[in-house]
Amino acid sequence: MERTMFFHYRKFKNLFMYGLCMLSVGVALVPLLLIFYHTISLGVSALNVDFFTQLPKPVGESGGGLANAIVGTLILVGLGSIIGLPVGILAGIYLSEFGNNKFAAAVRFMTDVLNGVPSIVTGVVAYTIVVLPMKHFSAYAGGFALGILMIPIVTRTTEEMLKTVPNSYREAALALGIPQWKTTLRIVMPAALGGIVTGVMLAIARAAGETAPLLFTALNNRFWHTSLDQPIASLTVFIYNYGVSPFEDWIAQAWAGALILILLVLLLSIAVRFATRQRY
Amino acid sequence: MVSSSRLELTAEPKIAMQNFGDSLFKYLTTFFAALVLLLIGVMAYEMYATSSLSIEKFGWSFLTSSEWDPVMEQYGALPFIYGTLVSSLLALILALPVGVGIAVFLTELAPPWLERPFSFIVELLAGIPSIVYGLWGFFVMVPWIRSSVEPFLSENFGFIPLFEGAPYGVGMLAAGVILSIMVLPIIASISRDVLNAVPVSQKEAALALGSTRWEATRIAISYSRSGILGATILGLGRALGETMAVTMVIGNRPEIKLSLFEPGYTMASVLANEFTEATSEMYISALIEIALVLFIVAILVNAIARLLVWSFTRTSNVGGRL
Amino acid sequence: MEDIIEKEDIEIKTSIAIPGNVSSMTAPPRTIKIKADSLNCYFGKVHAIKNVSLTIPENSVVAIIGPSGCGKSTFLRSINRMHELVPDSRIIGSLTLDGKDIYGMDAVTVRKRIGMVFQKPNPFPTMSIFDNVAAGLRMNGMGNKKEIAEIVERSLVQAALWNEVKDSLSKSGVSLSGGQQQRLCIARTLAVNPEVILMDEPASALDPLSTAKIEELIHALKHRYTVVIVTHNMQQAARVSDATAFFYMGELIEYDETKKIFTMPAKKQTEDYITGRFG
Repeated sequence: MERTMFFHYRKFKNLFMYGLCMLSVGVALVPLLLIFYHTISLGVSALNVDFFTQLPKPVGESGGGLANAIVGTLILVGLGSIIGLPVGILAGIYLSEFGNNKFAAAVRFMTDVLNGVPSIVTGVVAYTIVVLPMKHFSAYAGGFALGILMIPIVTRTTEEMLKTVPNSYREAALALGIPQWKTTLRIVMPAALGGIVTGVMLAIARAAGETAPLLFTALNNRFWHTSLDQPIASLTVFIYNYGVSPFEDWIAQAWAGALILILLVLLLSIAVRFATRQRY
Repeated sequence: MVSSSRLELTAEPKIAMQNFGDSLFKYLTTFFAALVLLLIGVMAYEMYATSSLSIEKFGWSFLTSSEWDPVMEQYGALPFIYGTLVSSLLALILALPVGVGIAVFLTELAPPWLERPFSFIVELLAGIPSIVYGLWGFFVMVPWIRSSVEPFLSENFGFIPLFEGAPYGVGMLAAGVILSIMVLPIIASISRDVLNAVPVSQKEAALALGSTRWEATRIAISYSRSGILGATILGLGRALGETMAVTMVIGNRPEIKLSLFEPGYTMASVLANEFTEATSEMYISALIEIALVLFIVAILVNAIARLLVWSFTRTSNVGGRL
Repeated sequence: MEDIIEKEDIEIKTSIAIPGNVSSMTAPPRTIKIKADSLNCYFGKVHAIKNVSLTIPENSVVAIIGPSGCGKSTFLRSINRMHELVPDSRIIGSLTLDGKDIYGMDAVTVRKRIGMVFQKPNPFPTMSIFDNVAAGLRMNGMGNKKEIAEIVERSLVQAALWNEVKDSLSKSGVSLSGGQQQRLCIARTLAVNPEVILMDEPASALDPLSTAKIEELIHALKHRYTVVIVTHNMQQAARVSDATAFFYMGELIEYDETKKIFTMPAKKQTEDYITGRFG
């Protein structure tokens, strides 16, 4: 009798614990759905033509847009890419094509660790390296911070994507008397191009969504920027400033900005799905 | 014996001649790989050099003093260290069971076709910018915590000092909850990779002895606990440095209070809030020293976590993109 | 002691006698194309090739046989310096092409002169049939489109593939059948006009019909190229080659005219292997 009781208890516990596991999936999905729901419902009202074409209006005047912030984010991400992509892609090539040694293992490890460095710390470093010598905030400083953030993502995706290209293609090319650098750039890279582009897009998306490293590097600007060594607006810093402001229409514009960022992430995640489908 | 002496004559390994372009290519890519390695050192040095003013004046007491007074030029980082640790630990306590639950669901219960939608959702959650979490936390989650969660906790568990005081909404509790949502994708996906790496024989042995599936799963979980610990610490690393979302919901007050309802402050959010306002050199220097402390902690936490996860799964790409 | 004497024996014989030359006294003596002298290859601590010396005459087909893991592929890959791509690999001894040290030349030059066909057909996946054959030319700097087209056609004709693909040159290389892919890879190798072609079990992944075609091709190629083929198929070695080398455990056991190896091998181990008693 006792044994069957115990057996029933164990069967019950089995069901109960698995039930909890399914519940945790639900618990995780709720905030995701709510974030999407609120961002769309609160953001869509302020999303109009003006949002993309007009400058911010002074306090008290309604309307206006965040055109300068959108362009500013593009410029900052562009500057970041100039630093982050070459370093990341070349380091990724090294890890994939020559990376069978202790030095490469150390680089691989430190790249992952670098990926875990808080972005605000990267901002502080950009402040000490760029802002302090120049003595003022600038687009350069913001781009520098974003570039450092992009390096580890680009490095590791480039490495992983190049590694999916079977060795037999490298051997085939080398056996034709094609130098290794041409083999890498013209045979291996094109075969992995989809994945590498994805890694780059992922890095760009991350950079475009960053706020913390821009707060005291690129700062902010309510007008069109005039030069890259001046402070520059960005979508994320505007979302922050508007979000904590007391004005209704500024808050609505902050949600609209958040909606744009979420759509960007959604589109890129879908692109990632397509690009990383296993082809070999 | 003749043959062995002949061998010795030619026993020098060949130093093969290489193509010039290839050598150049190798050196170039090596240089950039080294640059990545160098970067961490440069970052540490830069922050150390620019925070020397504060390091020299306050020494170790910077870490143990809780006085943060820009007017009197007295800087102690303890409230921020405390706030960072408490909000991160709270996040882990909330996220760990849910994350492991999801991982178990995916490895044990879910049909294989759920694999792709799951990693899609994880990528999505991990990709949502911090500022969006902050905005949502500030406008949706904080009011809900103020009106429902905190009154409920203080009514039923008010005798515990953790749930004392007036429901502000913003505070340590809100920071912990928003952080737990943000670290969940990391913990869930890496725990899943780790559970997948458990040898099937471990579970089969348990099932063969008449265990229920859950009991077999428990064995798998305890077998992979170092990997799950790694996932948790990786989540901790993310939580420690999270800036915007926390800044918008934690209340930003440099005080050490036991109650989770009270506002707090973290290392990252004090940087976000005060850096542009810092006027004196000592003030900036003290803030950079906070960044240096955060940097060192993040590096250590990440290094330990990566080592744990690596040694468990033996593949270098687990969670590589998170 | 006996062992050492035997090894000495081989070295002396293989460095003097050039197989293929012995049979016809009227033919002009063949020049040595490739010569290995006390060649040793290592992977880390593994000694994969042990003190091998042999010569490969020009315009002949030399087959290398032996059980798997005997070092035959490693030997082949050391000839065009693919061996060194493996991390931790080392070479000791000498290897010459036309009397010049292969390891004293630029690896890229060596590989242009010594082409290679692999076990598994490996056309470039992102390229068309035409581009696959043209790849080696283009990436070595040839820009003349007419010249490239001519060479591509000639190479495909030589590889006995032209008639099958001449109307679909722009189709992907991987759309072909396995046997066609392998001939495409041979055409790709021929296009860069090498002097020597190394083949690493080129037919082992193919059906009998495709295998027969590849073997015919090897016969035809002999007139213009020197061919070294690794195979575990002894009938194939007997059919296509002029001379055969038998490798066992990283050592060259016996090297002689193919006819002789398969009818009256000098060594017991060779006899055991070709009669199927081991391996």
